Amino acid sequence: MASVSPLQLSVFRGDAEGGEMVTYSVPVREGMVVLDAVLWAQANLAPDLAVRWNCKAAKCGSCAAEVNGFPRLLCKSPVADYGEEISVRPMAAFPVVRDLVTDVSWNYEVNQRIAPFTPSEADRDDPRAWRMQQVDVERAIEFRKCIECFLCQDVCHVLRNHGRKDAYFGPRFMVRMASLEMHPKDSLDRRPQLKGEAGVGYCNITKCCQEVCPEHIHITDNAIIPLKERMADEYFDPVRSLLRRLGGR
Amino acid sequence: MQTVPSAGPKLARVPVRNPYSALPNWLYPALVAVTLTAFALYSAWVVFGNSGGRFGPYLSPFYSPEITLRLGGFLVPPALWVAWAPLAFRATCYYYRKAYFRSFFWHPRSCAVPEPRSHGSNYRGETGFWALNNLHRFALYAITVQMAFLWFDALAQFYYQGAFRVGLGSLLMIVNVVCLSGYTFGCHALRHLAGGRSDCFSCSRVRFRLWKGVTVLNVRHDRWAWVSLFTVLGTDLYIRLLVLGVLPHAPWA
Ligand code: SF4
Ligand code: SF4
Ligand code: FES
Ligand code: FES
Repeated sequence: MASVSPLQLSVFRGDAEGGEMVTYSVPVREGMVVLDAVLWAQANLAPDLAVRWNCKAAKCGSCAAEVNGFPRLLCKSPVADYGEEISVRPMAAFPVVRDLVTDVSWNYEVNQRIAPFTPSEADRDDPRAWRMQQVDVERAIEFRKCIECFLCQDVCHVLRNHGRKDAYFGPRFMVRMASLEMHPKDSLDRRPQLKGEAGVGYCNITKCCQEVCPEHIHITDNAIIPLKERMADEYFDPVRSLLRRLGGR
Repeated sequence: MQTVPSAGPKLARVPVRNPYSALPNWLYPALVAVTLTAFALYSAWVVFGNSGGRFGPYLSPFYSPEITLRLGGFLVPPALWVAWAPLAFRATCYYYRKAYFRSFFWHPRSCAVPEPRSHGSNYRGETGFWALNNLHRFALYAITVQMAFLWFDALAQFYYQGAFRVGLGSLLMIVNVVCLSGYTFGCHALRHLAGGRSDCFSCSRVRFRLWKGVTVLNVRHDRWAWVSLFTVLGTDLYIRLLVLGVLPHAPWA
């Protein structure tokens, strides 16, 4: 292989108080991903460089960060896709712990506010109720592919630019709520929460979450927009609510 | 207690490079802003600056259905009876919402690109005024009625003065109505109505088929949105040039 000039990898070094971008010169190997470059710098130049990772296979969701300012999994970003200079920063929507590691615990708090899967009393004890058709399974499977990398949360301008963590659960949890709301065997009506504290109305369908999702979940098309339509059924459709009332429901 | 952590430390801005797109990140919003503004100006001129869109068998999509009504001796611009429906439909369309929130409001201009400093923490998304977008389905109902008129006009023009004829305008009208159908029947609200609102796809084959059909068009909803915008423009422009006598009234016309 022809010799390639080394990669100039600039990495954020610092913590919640502040920090700076530090540049490391990293030899490029064929097939290298940005995580390899960061780990090479850690092994050879900066042993105290903090970075979170586990699988290096785009499946655990730990290595979420920003490559050249754009939310990415470090282990899924080939160095060859960028030039000779790459900048790596922690996710901007969450507080920095140190270097590339962010505190994503807010997401787990949000998760706890969503009621888990709740089948009806009748279904609970009936084994026949649990035989599902493939088409129904497929709809749910798309949402279950989520690896909780929180890249979508990071890119969502409601959280990232406006800091409205008080008002909106974020796209990741719209995906979770969709997986429950659309489940044939879930008995809860999740629309009041969606319109209320989950804040689906804060999303303006600009689709950045769908653009960054490494699992290619159609976050807006299959989760958020259908949820908005379900919310509209209940709260923004006078015709439907009249019919409901006439039908005695 | 619910904690609301702030964002990370303030870092110097970097030029954001979207790895999914080779184009500079200002290009999409700029193109959208220019195209939509141009189309809005053209439509305003059609509606308020013209009194009709019929040339022989052809009828411009801005005038379908054709309604001529005089109020106090003044002709109400006939396109006015029609144009509100597509305007409401496109203004509340889930795709165009992305387009204009990015291009005109910079919310956000492009993914991960910082928003203007004037955008503070009082952002309300579609919960305030923009909650009106939740009424999209009503625009869909109106537009479905209009689609029936458009299909009728597109087919009726083949039969003119007792004979079948085909001209360039016939082709334009057919292409236009096909593209408008591709756009309309890929609507997210229709997808919901057709079957998406059900929790059980396997419970009704018909509903599932309908949902699948809408989904086929829905995946490319953005492209249908643009293509149909241009076919409306092209069809109207062609017929208008014939009406205004700019184009010769030749046999192929
Ligand atoms: S589409 Fe909605 S949830 Fe997704 S990034 Fe945009 S505003 Fe956030
Ligand atoms: S929805 Fe996609 S981007 Fe969001 S957390 Fe899950 S895998 Fe990551
Ligand atoms: S290390 Fe597991 S997703 Fe990147
Ligand atoms: S979502 Fe685009 S037309 Fe309904």
